[in-house]
Amino acid sequence: MLANSKISNKMDSKKVTTSSENSYGKSLKGFFEEVTLLTRFTVRFFKELIKPPYEFNEFFKQSYLIGYKSLPLIAITGFIMGLVLTIQSRPTLAQFGAESWLPAMVAVSIIREIGPVVTALIFAGKVGSGIGAELASMKVTEQIDAMEVSGINPFKYLVVTRILSATLMLPILVILSDVISLYGAYIGVNLKGDVSFDLFFIKIFDKLVFTDVFPAVIKTFFFGFVVALLGCYKGYNSSKGTEGVAEAANTSVVYASLMIFILDMIAVQVTSLFS
Amino acid sequence: MEEIIVADISHLKKSFGDNDVLKDISFKIKQGENLAVFGKSGSGKSVLIKCLVGLIEPDDGKVVLLDSDVSELNNDELNVLRKKIGFLFQSAALYDSMTVRENLEFPLRDLKSKPQQEIDELVLEALTNVGLEEAIDKMPSELSGGMRKRVGLARTLILKPEIILYDEPTTGLDPITSQEISELILDIQKKYNTASIIITHDIECARIAANRIIMIKDGTSIAEGTYEELSQSKDEFVRSFFNIKSRS
Repeated sequence: MLANSKISNKMDSKKVTTSSENSYGKSLKGFFEEVTLLTRFTVRFFKELIKPPYEFNEFFKQSYLIGYKSLPLIAITGFIMGLVLTIQSRPTLAQFGAESWLPAMVAVSIIREIGPVVTALIFAGKVGSGIGAELASMKVTEQIDAMEVSGINPFKYLVVTRILSATLMLPILVILSDVISLYGAYIGVNLKGDVSFDLFFIKIFDKLVFTDVFPAVIKTFFFGFVVALLGCYKGYNSSKGTEGVAEAANTSVVYASLMIFILDMIAVQVTSLFS
Repeated sequence: MEEIIVADISHLKKSFGDNDVLKDISFKIKQGENLAVFGKSGSGKSVLIKCLVGLIEPDDGKVVLLDSDVSELNNDELNVLRKKIGFLFQSAALYDSMTVRENLEFPLRDLKSKPQQEIDELVLEALTNVGLEEAIDKMPSELSGGMRKRVGLARTLILKPEIILYDEPTTGLDPITSQEISELILDIQKKYNTASIIITHDIECARIAANRIIMIKDGTSIAEGTYEELSQSKDEFVRSFFNIKSRS
């Protein structure tokens, strides 16, 4: 009886191992299939980008929607980011008697790292999910098919314009957000001190060098590109009706956020090689 | 007078995994003829119509529209052909973010040489054809189901297509609006001498709008004829549709 039970336990554990192996195998296969499809989607984007006709009107419309309409959110978060970072950093610097370093430290933190990453994450939440949901909704209501049967290339009209707009708009938004963050930092410094506007910015630009600004701006082009690329990819290939719309919006943000951190890590490594 | 064949579909097959949706469909349409493809829901009618315009690639068979073999065309050639074919989707598929005017102007965007006044006239003519001139500046969300179908039809008509494909044009509409849409399909055929394929499971729509009906069951064509011929059919499946109609 005991022997039988041992054999049965062994068989059960074997079954569990086989089924979990199958599940890992399926997940791995699914992952590689997804990567292949995303690569094809990216290659198609670059092909369609250079091929005429060009959708200038839609590009400008998307730039207005993606860039200008995101400005209030980016401005508010940028201001709070600068203010809070200054307030939080002051006590630590005060302990070492280095309060005079506060403007430069906050500026370098914002411009190099926090500004681009936080702005890109907010951008992914607003723009990435919006693109994913919009395209998925167009897909399930057959609007993309309707464009295709009218002889209009929906990839060029919907995908290329959105990715290009997001790639160009995010760096501008990040620069604006950085400026507003520094103003927030100026307010934060003056909550418990009295530093003039001129002195505050002189202290910032004293310590800021070209290698702080240039790589930080360059990486935001890549952030904008992946946010829109993933939003478009998830939305354009959506299925399963309204469930698919929710899934596209959700996964666009999750994957874009993850990619922003991965790209940031790569960017930091590359920058450190040259500096 | 010689009859011009505008669509020649032969031995069309399409499967999704193990599910054989289209097993062997063949038919021809003459210029100025309305053909209803009739069958129960899930019989493969919508897949058939999407195979015709290249939205779904068939596994086997040949689709020749306006003397062009669809499977042999590259993307640019297919887009040129598509401009000669109108497609009315089941959901009308109006662009949510555009007004009715913009929806109608959208297929004309390649005609950059046309002056705006001429484009305005085309838009107005298409809307007049479907009796919805007053809806020109409305958003699709402000329209009823019947109005959306009419605007969808106007958008289909604006490029003056030679063949129009209707995917379930009366589905989800009340009987009166359904009849109006069916009569509109007939009017368009008479006015523009277009050929049409009407995918439907509404026998009344087929009676009003179609010159000929093909019945599909389980992915194969099982009967073909005029409404009167099919209503006299001895096949039990075919007769069942007409019996439902006479009971109602």
